[in-house]
Amino acid sequence: MSNAEHHHSGTRRDFLYYATGGAAIVVTGAAVWPLVNQMNPSADVQALASIPVDVSGVEPGTQLTVKFLGKPVFIRRRTVEEIEAARLVDVDDLPDPYAFNANIDGTAPALDVNRSLPAFGEEETTGEWLVMVGVCTHLGCVPLGDAGDFDGWFCPCHGSHYDTAGRIRRGPAPRNLPIPVASFIDENTIQLG
Amino acid sequence: MAGIPHDHYEPKTSGEKWIERRLPVISLLYDTLMIPTPKNLNWMWIWGIVLTFTLVLQIVTGIVLVMHYTPHVDLAFSSVEHIMRNVNGGWALRYIHANGASLFFIAVYAHIFRNLYYGSYKAPREITWILGIIIYLLMMGTAFMGYVLPWGQMSFWGATVITGLFGAIPFVGESLQSWLLGGPAVDNATLNRFFSLHYLMPFLILGLTIAKIWSFHSTGNNNPTGVEVRRTSKAEAEADTLPFWPYFVIKDFFAMAVILLGFFAVVGFMPNYLGHPDNYIEANALATPAHIVPEWYFLPFYAILRAFTADVWIVIAANWLTGGIVDAKFFGVLAMFGAILVMAFAPWLDTSSVRSGRYRPMFKWWFWLLVVDFFLLMWLGAMPAEEPWASISLIASAYWFGYFLVILPLLGVIEKPLARPATIEEDFVAHYGETGSFAGQRLPGEKAASPAE
Repeated sequence: MSNAEHHHSGTRRDFLYYATGGAAIVVTGAAVWPLVNQMNPSADVQALASIPVDVSGVEPGTQLTVKFLGKPVFIRRRTVEEIEAARLVDVDDLPDPYAFNANIDGTAPALDVNRSLPAFGEEETTGEWLVMVGVCTHLGCVPLGDAGDFDGWFCPCHGSHYDTAGRIRRGPAPRNLPIPVASFIDENTIQLG
Repeated sequence: MAGIPHDHYEPKTSGEKWIERRLPVISLLYDTLMIPTPKNLNWMWIWGIVLTFTLVLQIVTGIVLVMHYTPHVDLAFSSVEHIMRNVNGGWALRYIHANGASLFFIAVYAHIFRNLYYGSYKAPREITWILGIIIYLLMMGTAFMGYVLPWGQMSFWGATVITGLFGAIPFVGESLQSWLLGGPAVDNATLNRFFSLHYLMPFLILGLTIAKIWSFHSTGNNNPTGVEVRRTSKAEAEADTLPFWPYFVIKDFFAMAVILLGFFAVVGFMPNYLGHPDNYIEANALATPAHIVPEWYFLPFYAILRAFTADVWIVIAANWLTGGIVDAKFFGVLAMFGAILVMAFAPWLDTSSVRSGRYRPMFKWWFWLLVVDFFLLMWLGAMPAEEPWASISLIASAYWFGYFLVILPLLGVIEKPLARPATIEEDFVAHYGETGSFAGQRLPGEKAASPAE
């Protein structure tokens, strides 16, 4: 190429060449980014990242399932027997030893006190309230309540058994059911997220 | 075209000349339709036409279905029922479109295995082959997104599981999944974008199909002998080939008629045979169907996805080598996409100088084992993720990769191929007898005509 042979670096033409090329790249990027970004969660979807749930009607031994961030969340008011059964378990016997609770440290052991939600104004949890994301940690199915060999939850898809604290005890699921960010904002209302 | 000597279009009337000078579209169509085609093509050379026809069928039925479908989570399911019950002939349009996807995949798998057997992917047809693999990937994406649109239980949970695969990608997985779904889970945003892309992708496939036809019209068709058409003189080329129109068009139309007979029997009498009853239950984010099974055409690759569990040594090795970045779930995703991508490299992995499997005595066995392996994986994909199916899946997946990565490269070195015919004409004569001229052309099995007749 004769052009290359007569090429002198640092000329005005070089500057214009690179400046134009650079501007073209920036403008193309600026034009493409909104097209990519429009697919991210929209404002109304993000606004639902936190919802209040009225739990005044939940009696001991019953469960409320609400849809939060597109996934089912189990809110269970546990009986004394259920709490007792959950607290008698030795953490060393659990397949997954971590609490998996978004409200506390990720490495906390899977003790029942680290899984249950303190009621309004409570310092130490009595364990009455259990709030979990109802998605099996195996392949994403929704487990059934009051079922399984440990009287907790049972996933019908591939037979994972969870206990009364939502911890995996038997079956292919690798982890305990996750606890979402949640807290009581008054006597009868749990805020998710 | 194809470097094969043949007659070109000559505009004769002044009108034709006027057009030809401004836009040579008549000559383009003429040369495309009259392309010299190897005259020994067998019945496995019908799938290209079947695929092109099915693409048009899907686009046409799809466009009219969109006139009645509503892409919203509250209305999608009932709008499909509206098509089934109220729209004039809507049931037929929907069943043709749904079963058309199955016809599409039957044809594409037959087409792919035809190419694998006759070595059609080998030089100089690598680009034709790779375009085909890209079209196949786009077909899978289109079919998956189309299956979500009726918004039944299988639509919803299938979308949840498949988009969950992207969540397995290290570091960016979670934000990528959220970007794909437009939220934390499959919802209205997901349905709308899948609808948009489901409409777009068939047109990308159409464009690539045109590029693919262009590419194999530049190289010329392969044929069952794998021997190239002679290009040294027009007489020799004519002894090896026949024009595409009318000889192959008529043959392909006959095959189409037989295939469509079976297709419309399915559409008319058993339209839901290949579907899942769960998809007639409206999507519910709070209840999972007991068995989530993909459509039949995804099953072989779904089996590969599930085969690589955390207790397999290669998964453990990958996990250890990458410091835990590649876990069992991500390994499965890589294996599934790898199983398709490895096919794209077949032109370079196959070291044999002989194109057609007809003259490769050892290759034949391995090829048919691959076909069996494919159907075995398809069956395994529908089975629960338990023993003994998990172990069989692993062996079957290993063979899939072994065929492309080990067997194809080695066979070219150790195999002693059989003698090939010198020309297509020679092979044709051996099968069907002397032809003389086009006028004396005989059907297979027909006795030679005596000069007196």
